[in-house]
Amino acid sequence: MSLNQNYRIKSFCHLKNQSLTVNGQSVFDDASEDFQTFIKNAYKFLKTDYPKFFKMDSLSKLAFLAADVLLKRENLNEEENNIALIFSNRASSLDTDRKHQAAIENEEEYFPSPAVFVYTLPNICLGEISIKHRLYSENSFFIFDHFNAEHLHLYANSLLRNEKAEKVLCGWVDLDENGYEAFLYLVENEGEIEHNIKQINRIYTLS
Amino acid sequence: MSDLKQELKEKIIEQLNLEEISVADIADDDALFGDGLGLDSIDALELIVMLDKDYGIRLSDPKEGRKIFESVQVMADYIQEHRTK
Repeated sequence: MSLNQNYRIKSFCHLKNQSLTVNGQSVFDDASEDFQTFIKNAYKFLKTDYPKFFKMDSLSKLAFLAADVLLKRENLNEEENNIALIFSNRASSLDTDRKHQAAIENEEEYFPSPAVFVYTLPNICLGEISIKHRLYSENSFFIFDHFNAEHLHLYANSLLRNEKAEKVLCGWVDLDENGYEAFLYLVENEGEIEHNIKQINRIYTLS
Repeated sequence: MSDLKQELKEKIIEQLNLEEISVADIADDDALFGDGLGLDSIDALELIVMLDKDYGIRLSDPKEGRKIFESVQVMADYIQEHRTK
């Protein structure tokens, strides 16, 4: 363990405004203004082939696809991968919470959906990613008013320095009635971008 | 009866979000769980809610679902006999 070791950002992606960019380069654009249509088109474009995707709530679909874009470039082990996840957002799981609330409001028509209820926590999306990519490592989901590079930077460094993970996938995955935005970046020993707060904020505001 | 089976297949696909499966892909006797459609435990709970909401059948013991949800044919037979709406 070295307190002075510097880590690098190997890759990053944005999924917002009907477009997907990886390392600042456009990968996919779609005219669909509706999120469900956009995310389904992105899923097909990326040849994701994971039927359980369609059972996920919107936040998990957004987080899953953004993570999948970066992780499938990593030649991951089929058995187990030591990659931690540190995600954050503003709206928590509010989009799905509202759907569940609507299903239990009327006592005469009280039919809450188990498939909706299981997504009424934001960190469920971390489980979906972990199942797909066989991640058995640390994961955390934080709620902030705004994107918080300082916190993500501190936590990722701590996990790497204490050898709790070989790599850390960090970022912001926010979705509510007003829109959606995913920004994820992978921190490890190698990469072109220095892992510091200034660089995290710089790549967050790209595109 | 065949109308009910058709209806059940459509509901299963829609409510369980089986995006890549069509009605024609589900035979009346196909297993819904395990090696068949590959449904999971949350899907089983959704089907229990569907029986209550759409057919007025309330299962007192969720374990009953294991037998009732064996196939579309078994589900249709059960619903025909027990439905209250």
